Amino acid sequence: MLHELTVLSGFDKTGKREEYESIVIHAGETISIVGPTGSGKTAFITDIELLAQGDTFTKRKILINGQPPGSGIRNNPALKPIAMITQNTKCFADLTVEEFLKIHARARGIYSSKIIDETIALANNFTGEKIHRDHRVTILSGGQTRSLLIADAILIGAAPVILLDEIENAGIFKQEVMEIIQDTGKIIIFVTHDPVIALHTQKRIIMENGAVKAVLVQNELEVFAAQRLSDLDRKIGAIREELRADRVITRELMNLKFA
Amino acid sequence: MKLLVVAGPPSAGKTALIKQIIRHFHHQLRIAFLKIDVVKAYEDEELQREFGIPTKKVYSGDLCPDHAGVMILGDAVEWAEKTGADLFIMESAGLCLRCSPYLTQGLGVVVLSSISGIHTPEKMGAMVSLADIAVVTKIDLVSQAEREVLIQKIRDLHPKILLMETNALQGTSLQRLYSVILESEEIRQADLMLKGNPPIGTCTICVGKKEVGWRHHFGVVKKLDGAIADYLYRGE
Repeated sequence: MLHELTVLSGFDKTGKREEYESIVIHAGETISIVGPTGSGKTAFITDIELLAQGDTFTKRKILINGQPPGSGIRNNPALKPIAMITQNTKCFADLTVEEFLKIHARARGIYSSKIIDETIALANNFTGEKIHRDHRVTILSGGQTRSLLIADAILIGAAPVILLDEIENAGIFKQEVMEIIQDTGKIIIFVTHDPVIALHTQKRIIMENGAVKAVLVQNELEVFAAQRLSDLDRKIGAIREELRADRVITRELMNLKFA
Repeated sequence: MKLLVVAGPPSAGKTALIKQIIRHFHHQLRIAFLKIDVVKAYEDEELQREFGIPTKKVYSGDLCPDHAGVMILGDAVEWAEKTGADLFIMESAGLCLRCSPYLTQGLGVVVLSSISGIHTPEKMGAMVSLADIAVVTKIDLVSQAEREVLIQKIRDLHPKILLMETNALQGTSLQRLYSVILESEEIRQADLMLKGNPPIGTCTICVGKKEVGWRHHFGVVKKLDGAIADYLYRGE
C-alpha cells in the first residue's frame, strides 16, 4: 500500500542544489507542475516514474513510504506503483489495439479479458474519433493515441500514482479525463500549461531552471476561480465541437453557448 | 579481470551505454575496451580520447564479425590483462543478429532500442535469449505503456533476463547495472567458452562465389524448397 511519496532534492541546470530538502506527496493528493518550457517539469515527473535514486540528470531521489524502493520494483512493470502518460502521440509497436493492451495487461499482471473492452470504451470517452480493437496502434491519430494511453494508464496501469504530461494537448476531452481521475484516493500529478488544470489541483509545484522554485497550496479563492475557469473552458469546448461539426457561429449559438 | 560483452543492433545505443559505464567506473576501475566491426568503427578512438583508457579495434572484413570475435578473443583478453585492466569491455559489431557473442563467464548485455520494433527481440533470437542483461534504450522517445509492452516481449523470450531501461545519452537509472558489473566474477582465461553455437560460416558463398541459386553452391547449403528443416543449416 502506497501512502506517501517523497522527492529528495537534487540539482538545477547549473548544478546548484535545489532549495528544499524533501517534498512529501500523500495518497489522494492532486498536484500540478507548472513553469515555462525547459524549466524541468517533465524531468520532475520522469524522476518519479523512474523511481530515481540519484542516477538521473537531476540527481533527485524518490522514496516510497519513506523508504528507497527495492531494485525489483524499478524495472518490473507488474510491481511498479506508477503509471505515466508521456507527451508521446505515437506508438511504434506493430500491433493491434487489442494485442497492445493484452500484452500490457500481462506486463502489469492482469489476466482478466474484460479489461481490454473497458479500456477501449474509456478511451473512446476521451476522443471524438472512435478507436476500434482491430486498429493498428501505429495508425492511430495523436488524439486517439493519447486517449488510449490515458485509459490504459487508468485501467491497466491502475497504479496508486498517475503522472500526466500535458494532457491538454492533442485534442482530447480534457474535462472528461479530469473528472474520472478526481477523488480516486490516488496521487495524481499533472504537468500542465493549462490554468484550468493548474487551479484544480490541491498543490502547485513551480519549476524554474530545472529546480523546484516553490510549492503552493490552493487557496479558497482559487477553488472558486477554478470553477469559473472550468465553466469558461466548457464553453470554449462546446464552440470547438460546433466548429468541428462544420457549423457556423450564429447569434442564437452565441446566446446559447455564452449565456 | 571482469568481462562485459555488449551486443545489439546498430544504433541501439551500445556505445552510448558503454560510455556511461566507463564514466561511472573510470575513477574506480582500470578499463580496457575492444570494438569489433566490419568496415569502419570510431568507438575506440572516441573512448580513448574521452577517457584516456587503452582501446583496440579489429575489422573482420569478409569474415563474419562474430566468428572474428571468437578467433581473436583469446588474444584480446591477454592484451587487456597486460594493460592491467580490472574491467574489459568488448563491443560486438551488431550486424546479422543471429549470433550471441556471450561467453560462459563474465556478463553478456544486449542493448535494444525502444523504437526498434515490437517483434525485434524474437527476431534476434540467441542475442537476446542467451544474454544475462537486457538494457532498453531511448526510453524518453516512447510512452511508458509501449516500453512495458516491449519489456514483456523480452521477458516472454527470456524469463530470467535482468531487464533495465535507460536514456543512455543521459545515463538514467543505470545504478543496478553498475552494481551487477561490480559483483560479477573475475574471468578465468584458460576456460573461456562461447555460450551458444554461432551459425556455421563455411559454404561456397562464404568463400567468395557470387552466383545465385543452390545449383552453383555446395557445402552445407540446401535448396529453398524441400529443405529438410526450416533452416538452411542448423548447428549442433
